[in-house]
Amino acid sequence: MKRFIAAALALCALPLAAQQDAQKEIERYRQLLADGNPAELLEMRGEGLWKQKRGPKNVSLEQCDLGIGAGKIEGAYAQLPRYFADVDRVMDAESRIVHCQMSLQGFTREELTRRPYSLTQGERQTDHEALTAYVVGLSRGVKVALPQGHPKEKESYLRGEKMFFYKGGPYDFACSTCHGVDGQRIRLQDLPNFQKPDNAQRAFTTWPAYRVSQGAMRTMQWRLYDCFRQQRFPELAFLSQASVDLITYMGVKAQGGTMDSPAIKR
Amino acid sequence: MADPMRIRATLKGDTTEVRVLMAHVMETGQRKDAAGATIPAHFIQNVSATHNGKNVLNAYFGPAVSQNPVMNFSFKGGAKGDKVVITWTDNKGDKRTDETAIA
Amino acid sequence: MKRREALKTGGSLAVIAAAISAGVLPQAAFAQWNKGAFDAKNLNDVVKAMGGSSAEKSGDIAITAPDIAENGAVVPIAVASKLANTESIAILVEKNPNSLAAQFDILAGTEANVGTRVKMGQSSNVHAVVKAGGKYYVATKEVKVTLGGCGG
Repeated sequence: MKRFIAAALALCALPLAAQQDAQKEIERYRQLLADGNPAELLEMRGEGLWKQKRGPKNVSLEQCDLGIGAGKIEGAYAQLPRYFADVDRVMDAESRIVHCQMSLQGFTREELTRRPYSLTQGERQTDHEALTAYVVGLSRGVKVALPQGHPKEKESYLRGEKMFFYKGGPYDFACSTCHGVDGQRIRLQDLPNFQKPDNAQRAFTTWPAYRVSQGAMRTMQWRLYDCFRQQRFPELAFLSQASVDLITYMGVKAQGGTMDSPAIKR
Repeated sequence: MADPMRIRATLKGDTTEVRVLMAHVMETGQRKDAAGATIPAHFIQNVSATHNGKNVLNAYFGPAVSQNPVMNFSFKGGAKGDKVVITWTDNKGDKRTDETAIA
Repeated sequence: MKRREALKTGGSLAVIAAAISAGVLPQAAFAQWNKGAFDAKNLNDVVKAMGGSSAEKSGDIAITAPDIAENGAVVPIAVASKLANTESIAILVEKNPNSLAAQFDILAGTEANVGTRVKMGQSSNVHAVVKAGGKYYVATKEVKVTLGGCGG
């Protein structure tokens, strides 16, 4: 850690021109990584799981309705979260994937939500992460278009917005403290300002993402869970209403962006 | 058992460009777990590639190759539809073989 | 092909060749993981473990790598050699606990241009060692890392 801070300080201490060169080189590093994203391995595993007959009912997920009709996955992620009449509420992609495993395959919610993320370095990625990788990968190149026609979709957005600006925790932080203004960064990562469509699009369309520092693909639910942790907020429960509403808020802010996930990040 | 590789083999002119993604922890043997015990090294050591049965590349990895290794190489003489087969073996004797057709 | 490969492996050649023709061993059984080279701590020792005496600097080896890597856990490195009769390409990270990260045998028909991604514990020189025509050559590039790749 100390060494890292020294390196970061050294970068900060560089004259402006050198700093810009450093930024350019980091950009080049990111581009070099882009071809060859290990998340593709997880997409493959997810596809296998999706099509495999599993669970107490021994059926596949192929008839799962992700919002654009049973069995249709291509482009579905780009329209989530959305309202589902069968459960009378708004669900994000990960909630719906869990729902399908319960309703179609007969898994219990408890077993599906006990450990959704692989958290320790080198641990095998979870089935949930694999299924999510597969589903989001099939929306690559599709424009973000969250439906906002149903009253519950609108309510979800408004609750998400409220939460985004809600200050709390020991740091008296809101999401907007870092993600509602320009020019914020953590270490070398520029933070997206969700009030700007291009920023919001870049962020929303590149999650889930493979984190090279963790050797694992992380989902959007994990992304928010970790933001809450960094803010010293109470733990954001997996698939909670709060998580879904925040994703709705971010998705609506990113409307029109082109999905490019799973991406690869530092 | 090890997860499948993802192999992409693309013909460009008279050269076949191959990119391989391998699912492997590539544990260095230098890390310690929460109890302070060293996590034993576990990494891919050998990777071999064949084109229509002919050996075109042998690679040898140490634990410093990144987790979920990526490897790029290219060879001449491939044609669309030809088979490219990749096999890796690790220091614990696990192995995995996958193949693809040149596109 | 089979003969040449078998000759290269030397040693228990007859046994291996017999096993191959009997279909017992996969082709990967030919691979020779050079423990001495992977245990070596610096460029010279790696070259020696590979069977050379020293490596001569060469402008015909190109290393493609970022000047600055955001994360040392994953540093993309590609090496292309224009040296005639390139037989093998090795990637070394000078300041890693063991220098050699990966080695590639360039067989007939294969281009002397390979790439992979390596871990770097800290900013360091990266060496590309090429064996061509029985001799060893080296090119070097410095890569800075902002976050070390060995558990950081």
